[in-house]
Amino acid sequence: MKNKTIKVDYLARVEGEGGLFIKIKNDKIVESRFDIFEPPRFFEGFLKKRKFTEAPDITARICGICPVAYQMSSTHAMEQICGVKVDGPLRDLRRLLYCGEWIESHALHIFMLHAPDFLGYEDAIKMAGDYPEIVKNALQLKKIGNDLMIKLGGREIHPINVRVGGFYKVPEKKELEEFIAPLKWALATSLEAVDLVATFDFPDLERDYEFVSLRHPDEYPLCEGNIVSNKGIDIPNDKFLDFFEEYQVSHSTSLHSKVKKRGEYLVGPMARFHNNFDKLPPSARKAAKKVGLGKSCINPFKSIIVRALELVFSCEEALKIIKRYEPPEKPFVECLPKEGIGHGCTEAPRGMLYHRYKIDNDGIIKEARIIPPTSQNQKSIESDLQKFVEKNLHLSDKNITWHCEQTIRNYDPCISCSCHFLKLKINRE
Amino acid sequence: MPSIRIKPKLAVWKFASCDGCQLSLLDCEDELLAVAEAVTIANFPEASRHVINGPYDISLVEGSITTPHDAERIHKIRRMSKVLITIGACATSGGIQAIRNFNDVNEYISTVYPNPEYIETLSKSTPISDHVYVDFELYGCPINKYLLLEVLNAFLNERKPNIPNYCLCIECKRKGNICVMVAHGTLCLGPVTLAGCGAICPSYNRGCYSCFGPMNSPNTSSIAAQFEKMEIPKDEIVRFFRGFNAFSEPFRKESETYEK
Repeated sequence: MKNKTIKVDYLARVEGEGGLFIKIKNDKIVESRFDIFEPPRFFEGFLKKRKFTEAPDITARICGICPVAYQMSSTHAMEQICGVKVDGPLRDLRRLLYCGEWIESHALHIFMLHAPDFLGYEDAIKMAGDYPEIVKNALQLKKIGNDLMIKLGGREIHPINVRVGGFYKVPEKKELEEFIAPLKWALATSLEAVDLVATFDFPDLERDYEFVSLRHPDEYPLCEGNIVSNKGIDIPNDKFLDFFEEYQVSHSTSLHSKVKKRGEYLVGPMARFHNNFDKLPPSARKAAKKVGLGKSCINPFKSIIVRALELVFSCEEALKIIKRYEPPEKPFVECLPKEGIGHGCTEAPRGMLYHRYKIDNDGIIKEARIIPPTSQNQKSIESDLQKFVEKNLHLSDKNITWHCEQTIRNYDPCISCSCHFLKLKINRE
Repeated sequence: MPSIRIKPKLAVWKFASCDGCQLSLLDCEDELLAVAEAVTIANFPEASRHVINGPYDISLVEGSITTPHDAERIHKIRRMSKVLITIGACATSGGIQAIRNFNDVNEYISTVYPNPEYIETLSKSTPISDHVYVDFELYGCPINKYLLLEVLNAFLNERKPNIPNYCLCIECKRKGNICVMVAHGTLCLGPVTLAGCGAICPSYNRGCYSCFGPMNSPNTSSIAAQFEKMEIPKDEIVRFFRGFNAFSEPFRKESETYEK
């Protein structure tokens, strides 16, 4: 079978609409595309003329899976313009809210979207027939993440309690203390999850990635830190557009992104893990060692283990924050608008999310720029596909197609975010 | 002779949206497995790669119509569906992306994309009911997952869904909240907004921004007059009505009144 086309019209178990197309001629791949056909929604267009205080509510609607990421990147950008620094318990509460989103999103992806691939099921509900305990625990984990978001955000999808400068209302200490027992259970379950997912069979694929993530001097990154890479980038977030650029391709309604000097790069759990291994809590580092993962992971299929390690981190971090929490006097810091440009870069569960805004003295948005993680990963996804298919041409079409889908799901892609979705075609001529 | 009960087939469809409303179904952590017992999940790409062909007993439709291709696709889905239920603000009113309906979409395309010729889009983002007959509309940005379960339950048992059709103020009072507008002068769209979210915003000391959209026969001009009395500038009143349900008729008309 020298020539063929591999094609998936509508990729499942990802958020948004996309497909996959691979064309093979004389055992060589002539084309591999991750098509995104999510209808464009033009957020950057209609954010213009809106008030700067509306950005967190509006941009949250880009993604129902990671609204907190959008709220955090936009609020930080606006605060940068206003010259406000949110610190102390308010900063902690933001990290805690983000931990909720990481727990919810990672639990959803690890168990409901990704694990079925490794265990040979078409979805988690079918998997629940044979592995009821795993699915039950996964749902419970996910619920704890969602409950944290409900407590701090008012609801789990598109939280209403986030504002530029902080929150509308902050919880009492005892309201948060109710989470200690569930989070302890979640921590233990996450540690078990690391052991469990590490036993999966991983296709053999390793690549020399440029890992791009935030790095903070004191903590595993969520909202703050420099943008760094394993190939020498180390810049504050306002230099993002000097080092990275977006470009458009015809098969995607999502813009692609590259490092200006070099090309493709990867954002997300594997990048954060590589750049911040030393900032993980000891329990997560120990768990990584136990399952034989070094300080870095370059097999994209093993991203599921890294995601589980980040679950461990999120639970530890949430517990740490709750233990030291004392409610602030005021739920927010006053932010008065002034003309200027601001940048916000935070770590969505699936990778770094960059926002840039220009506002005027009345606080009206003049320009908005949003670069979501899935846009940034598109090129890397296509390269993974190409390398995987090259090495596995002997597999049946059915088998190779499923694995290609899995290759894309490795990234936990959020196509709604990137304004696009995925379709797979294998074309063996 | 005992009758054989065949499980109804459920399909979930996505148009222009954030995926949040269909995620609400996966967020029913305590009920998801029970739902999966009651129906056959026949087409739900966000959750499963397994697809069973139509026709479907119930189709849940998320998202608004924004491309020529989607304007065609919704007709195919309608033909395959015994009952079609729209979920969320995008599907019921055009969603946040309907802000484009008040502007020139070509300007937006060139703002976002360097090569606008690759992008195929319609000038307006419209609700599903502008294109096909809809059996039931569930509002919210996002929807309330418990109301979604109620709607599914009702249709599976051939009864009318018990969904609030009154305004948010009733829900808010019942919760014992102090009125944020009367007590603190905070802008609130509660008096013209459908209940159903649980009056979350006023419970968190902020005004309702109407993610559930207009109630039946809302008196939008009266609330707008109140905003004027509070000395809110006209452009801010326009923006307030032009949020997540900007293109719903009452809000569209009211915002246009203040734009003049």
